[in-house]
Amino acid sequence: MVTTTSMDDSGDRGSSHERDWNGHGGHAVITAAVEVDGMSKRFGSTLALDNVSLSVEAGRVLALLGPNGAGKTTLIRILTTLLAPDSGRARIAGLDVQRDPKAIRSLIGLAGQYASVDEMLTGRENLELVGLLYHLERSEYRRRAQDALERMTLTGAGDKPVKTYSGGMRRRLDLAASLIGRPPILFLDEPTTGLDPRTRNGLWQFIEELVAEGTTVLLTTQYMEEAEHLADGIVVLDTGCVVAQGTADELKDQLGGDVLEIRVTDVADLERAATLVAEFGDVVPRLNPDLKEVSLPVKGSAKVLIAAGRALDDGGIALDDLGIRRPSLDDVFLSFTGHRTATGEDAEVGGGSVGGSDE
Amino acid sequence: MSDLAIQRLSAQSTSMTPELALRDIIGMTKRNLLRIIRTPQLLAMSIAQPAIILLLFRYVLGGAIHVPGINYVDYVVPGIFLEAVLIGGMTTSLALAQDLQAGMIDRFRSLPMARSAFLAGRTLADICRSMLALAFIIGLGLVVGFRFNNNFGSCLAGIGLIILFGYAFIWVYAAVGLAVKDPQTAQVAAILPMFVLFFASSAVVPVATMPGWLQPFARNQPASVVINSVRALFEGGPLSPDLWQAIAWCLGILAVFFVVSLNLYRKAAA
Repeated sequence: MVTTTSMDDSGDRGSSHERDWNGHGGHAVITAAVEVDGMSKRFGSTLALDNVSLSVEAGRVLALLGPNGAGKTTLIRILTTLLAPDSGRARIAGLDVQRDPKAIRSLIGLAGQYASVDEMLTGRENLELVGLLYHLERSEYRRRAQDALERMTLTGAGDKPVKTYSGGMRRRLDLAASLIGRPPILFLDEPTTGLDPRTRNGLWQFIEELVAEGTTVLLTTQYMEEAEHLADGIVVLDTGCVVAQGTADELKDQLGGDVLEIRVTDVADLERAATLVAEFGDVVPRLNPDLKEVSLPVKGSAKVLIAAGRALDDGGIALDDLGIRRPSLDDVFLSFTGHRTATGEDAEVGGGSVGGSDE
Repeated sequence: MSDLAIQRLSAQSTSMTPELALRDIIGMTKRNLLRIIRTPQLLAMSIAQPAIILLLFRYVLGGAIHVPGINYVDYVVPGIFLEAVLIGGMTTSLALAQDLQAGMIDRFRSLPMARSAFLAGRTLADICRSMLALAFIIGLGLVVGFRFNNNFGSCLAGIGLIILFGYAFIWVYAAVGLAVKDPQTAQVAAILPMFVLFFASSAVVPVATMPGWLQPFARNQPASVVINSVRALFEGGPLSPDLWQAIAWCLGILAVFFVVSLNLYRKAAA
């Protein structure tokens, strides 16, 4: 699924225009759609990517999860041939991004967090232009543009200028444009940031359909929920470093056990409650004064719950809630990066603004 | 599922041919022409500006300016023709800076299109707009008393030289737009070369009336050389040796700023 690949130097390092053939006797098989090895990129004094390695198997979905400034967009830009890395290698379908950018461009589609569509053109004209630039025949790109408009439920707006579109419509058109060439590998940079929940669900469903058709997807997201819903594998990125990777379940298992959650009645008791339960976990309890909550990864759930309840009761702390739950990916993220991911509510607040830039 | 995905990855990409590159350029030119047609207010302004300058010099200032040996209207109007194509190029800077900001450039650069098509499509669409503005200003010039006094072929050659000059300067403006990357700055920055080239030239007054320190520049800068040649082509008489110099200026500017713009475009997204 998602593994850190330490690429061996044997094989085709010298052949610039051949794929990374894994087969024998001329039988060509490419299994890794995307391979990144020791990638670093610096902007001035900021190290945007620090020795990042990852790989995406053909036909899988990998989510790059991380907060703003984690380096997600930088990595996408390098993989889509828009930006050169300082060091490290990346291969798309076995082709080196720096040596074969031209060949790679006909294999990839890119949809960004800023919908890259022409405001003055109609939706249909946008799609037909991209189809032409993918070097499709006129009849073919006209047909595909029509199909894409239907699939994205933009048929009614297809012949209106994009400047009259809503944010969600633009995003759908942008995604449609990235698909006109039917690229086997799709890069989606925060595809649903700032979209309302209904539009987001629609896009998720659509991405699932594409994957069922054999498309490999590398997407970036700030949303745990999105990574969990869409991705086979998750790479957690923070300040340019890969801090964790695996499936959602693997990442949760890495945390070990369950999470003890305490909600106190009076926020003044928060610190004392944390001190009282600290002995049950291996790490320092986390405090969330806004929610009046203390959370602590623990092992041995039932026994811990009873003991913690007793300790808090003896300490005379009034509780609103006390429980044990399975860790969420948010807990995973928190334990690896020290800060939370954006929540769904944040997305609503940030909706419509284009200020939420990654680096 | 995975087998299908592997199969799809193995698809061969097409390689770039001159035919495909030409198709990309035509496609991008069409895109930009559509944008020009759909912002008629910008198109109207790029015609109104030289029209106002023309009327200003014909009726407000023209009466006070005497150029020996020629009607002032015949002297100044070819200069305004040149101003019309210069001012038209300013929107090239603006449009490119807009594309950089809107992320359109990322879309185009991630497509298997010909690299040159982005800039070629822009400049070709812009010279079409400049030609439209020029046609309008020629019409206005004839209305206010300007006359072509030479044979048809020479006059056509003169207009061709103006268009060549306009196209060369569109590449200068392209470089400006790609260098400053911000639409507002691009608009202001693009005015500078226009003012220097147009007013410190033989466009509206003879260079001989300027202060001595300015004359060497004003006499030899490309706009003057081109305007002198164009006037000679419109007025008749011996072909000015300036003509070859004018063509050389245009082709030189075109070549240099073509290369500069292409390099800036390559670096623009980094």
